[in-house]
Amino acid sequence: MIYFDNSATTQPDSEVIRTFSAASASFFANPSSLHGLGIEADRLLERSRMQVAELAGMRDGTVVFTSGGTEANNQALFGLARANAGHGKKILMSSVEHPSVLNTADRLRCEGFDVVTVAAGPDGVLDLSDLEEKLTADTIVVSVMHVNNETGAVQPLEQAGRLIRQASPRAVFHSDIVQSFGKLPIPAGPDAISLSAHKFHGLKGSGALILKKNIHILPYLFGGGQQGGLRSGTVPVAHAAALAKAMRLAHESMDRTPYREWRDELIRFFGNFEKIRVIGGTDTAPHILSVAVRGIRGEVAVNALQEHGIYVSTSSACSSRSRRESHVLQAMKLREDFRHGVIRLSFGRQNKLEEITRFKEVFAGFMETIERV
Amino acid sequence: MTYKEILIRYGELSLKGKNRNFFIRKLRDNIRKIMKDLDSVKVKSEHDRMFLFADDPGEMEEAIRRLPEVFGIQSFSPAVHCKADIEVIKETAAGILAGTDREGRTFKVEARRADKTFPLKTNDIQQELGGHLLPLYPELTVKMKNPDIKLLVDIREDGAYLSTETIRGAGGLPAGSNGHALLMLSGGIDSPVAGYMMMKRGLKLDVIHFHSPPFTSEQSKQKVVELAERLSRFGTRVRMHTIHFTEIQQAIQDTMPSALTMTTTRRLMMKITDLVREEIGAKAIVTGESLGQVASQTLDSLSAINEVTNTPVLRPLIALDKLDIISVAENIGTYETSIRPFEDCCTIFTPSHPATKPKTEKVIYYEGNADFGPMIDRAVAGREIIELPLNQKEDPFAGLL
Repeated sequence: MIYFDNSATTQPDSEVIRTFSAASASFFANPSSLHGLGIEADRLLERSRMQVAELAGMRDGTVVFTSGGTEANNQALFGLARANAGHGKKILMSSVEHPSVLNTADRLRCEGFDVVTVAAGPDGVLDLSDLEEKLTADTIVVSVMHVNNETGAVQPLEQAGRLIRQASPRAVFHSDIVQSFGKLPIPAGPDAISLSAHKFHGLKGSGALILKKNIHILPYLFGGGQQGGLRSGTVPVAHAAALAKAMRLAHESMDRTPYREWRDELIRFFGNFEKIRVIGGTDTAPHILSVAVRGIRGEVAVNALQEHGIYVSTSSACSSRSRRESHVLQAMKLREDFRHGVIRLSFGRQNKLEEITRFKEVFAGFMETIERV
Repeated sequence: MTYKEILIRYGELSLKGKNRNFFIRKLRDNIRKIMKDLDSVKVKSEHDRMFLFADDPGEMEEAIRRLPEVFGIQSFSPAVHCKADIEVIKETAAGILAGTDREGRTFKVEARRADKTFPLKTNDIQQELGGHLLPLYPELTVKMKNPDIKLLVDIREDGAYLSTETIRGAGGLPAGSNGHALLMLSGGIDSPVAGYMMMKRGLKLDVIHFHSPPFTSEQSKQKVVELAERLSRFGTRVRMHTIHFTEIQQAIQDTMPSALTMTTTRRLMMKITDLVREEIGAKAIVTGESLGQVASQTLDSLSAINEVTNTPVLRPLIALDKLDIISVAENIGTYETSIRPFEDCCTIFTPSHPATKPKTEKVIYYEGNADFGPMIDRAVAGREIIELPLNQKEDPFAGLL
């Protein structure tokens, strides 16, 4: 099996699974319980929390453990918008955000917030001058993802952060870094970041929202007041520990996996085919490569490669089963005859150079087949 | 630019006249102790400043993280060391600025010349450097007062030290440089803060804790051990004395009118504390009392309790508001432990209406109805003593995380 769909999900690291099962067995007590077992579980939870905050680059920040990236984004937008509603109603986000941001924003619109999207250019990168124009003193939340899940475009978060500080000093800057964690360094700029464990060889059902110290946020899940009242529900200690472990492993292996070499090699390879366009500029994230093949549907390529045990996807996994055209590719204004033939390759740290070589052989064969049709 | 040196400035130490060397040595030893596990870290002290060296960038980062907790440091700056040659200094300075965020920021060079054999005078150094750097980084503007980036250039006999950042230290005096006292540690929010504040003035502490099994749980004692352990991270080891107090508390309940049980409880705790203090050779008792906070901390109560001893009782929190105490507790990392909800020996036997103005004579009169002496001796003799921090036991989570 050659698995090149790591942006959809990754295969959990066996070390992470070991942590999850050991923590589930030995630290099963409710971390809110008063007795010794509860205290032990709580200690593990707090240690995990510290490790998560530190690896997220927000050492004294607040960590909210969630059920994944989608919940972290929901928590961020609902929680930050409602907490700051007294200062203004305006929320900005890029037009290429993940649906868990865009659809949450739609809901906030119904609550009376003024949600404005900022354009992305043809390379999928946020248009900073459009952002600058739209930032106002009453802007309370700005949400821009780090790496786009469909195109790999890397957003200029540092510059965006500077513009936000200047024009909207009240605004909290949130970034969905689900696709970039463990692949690129944590961006400077955002006040809050969302993470999802299963994107970096952790487990599904686990993620976190991490906020810088002193960022005010309201809960949007209510109950027994766990996690400092920010996210009620018995805290899954084993998930927290497994997340902390997965983060550590991803962080430590970041510079060890030659994603950029693989991608550059493949870009050169795809350049041999007239029918193929590489999507996104040269500055896209090193672990994601999307290309469009003229005149075919993306799923044809997915199926053909699968027969050789190679797994890739058409655009993002979330949208690949719906017939609707991707909002991201629309925003990038890809030419009509290419737009249906998009496939995405995304690498993880378990991939190897031989797999890239093998992919090239198989793909060249596939291109010959469709040339003949 | 990665830093390999840190320049450490002393605070009040420079005022210490003839004892100065003693304080500086103490500070140097304390820094060495706290950095013991960082292999590449070396510390060297000089007359008016100290230097910390670390070759390993990760250990450097960790050292920068630990220094703000060390008492006796006024401020410190990560610095780059280079040859005391103006061309080399220029190049090094340009390298440092290259790694900083410069867009739209203000800037100034501040030079010092401890080595008077250096050919350029302070002003000339500043001008030379400014003249070299500004054309390189035109986005910077010069500002003399409160610039965003202040490039400090310190020219000494062994070379030049360049830094841009000054980090505030904890202040105070080196831990353990100012005598030995015994802290009454309850497990609440205040007493760890009181201990911290006195340690910051250089006191070495032992702590004493009263424990009443089965009315108080093992967890409540564990919590106090954790607090004491936290205190022991501020530079000196801490010995903890745990007194078994159940027998005495029961005798107090049997002897005293209920409104006065609290006062007598405190008096006997103070008595026991004083005996332990004498035994260990400490010179003072430290408590977390804050005037008027609870019934035992009114002026009448304090004087009825204090009546049992002539030893100085240091009460650093006496004039602090609860909220201020809480904010220190949060900063030193004891708050979260302190608020864990376990019964302690004070809450369990609290009468519903403790006297806020106990009359000392009346208290002494009723105390005469029981013979507390032998019980007190037994409690002092039977105390448990542990040293903190505990020898690093296996981290139970090491393999997991």
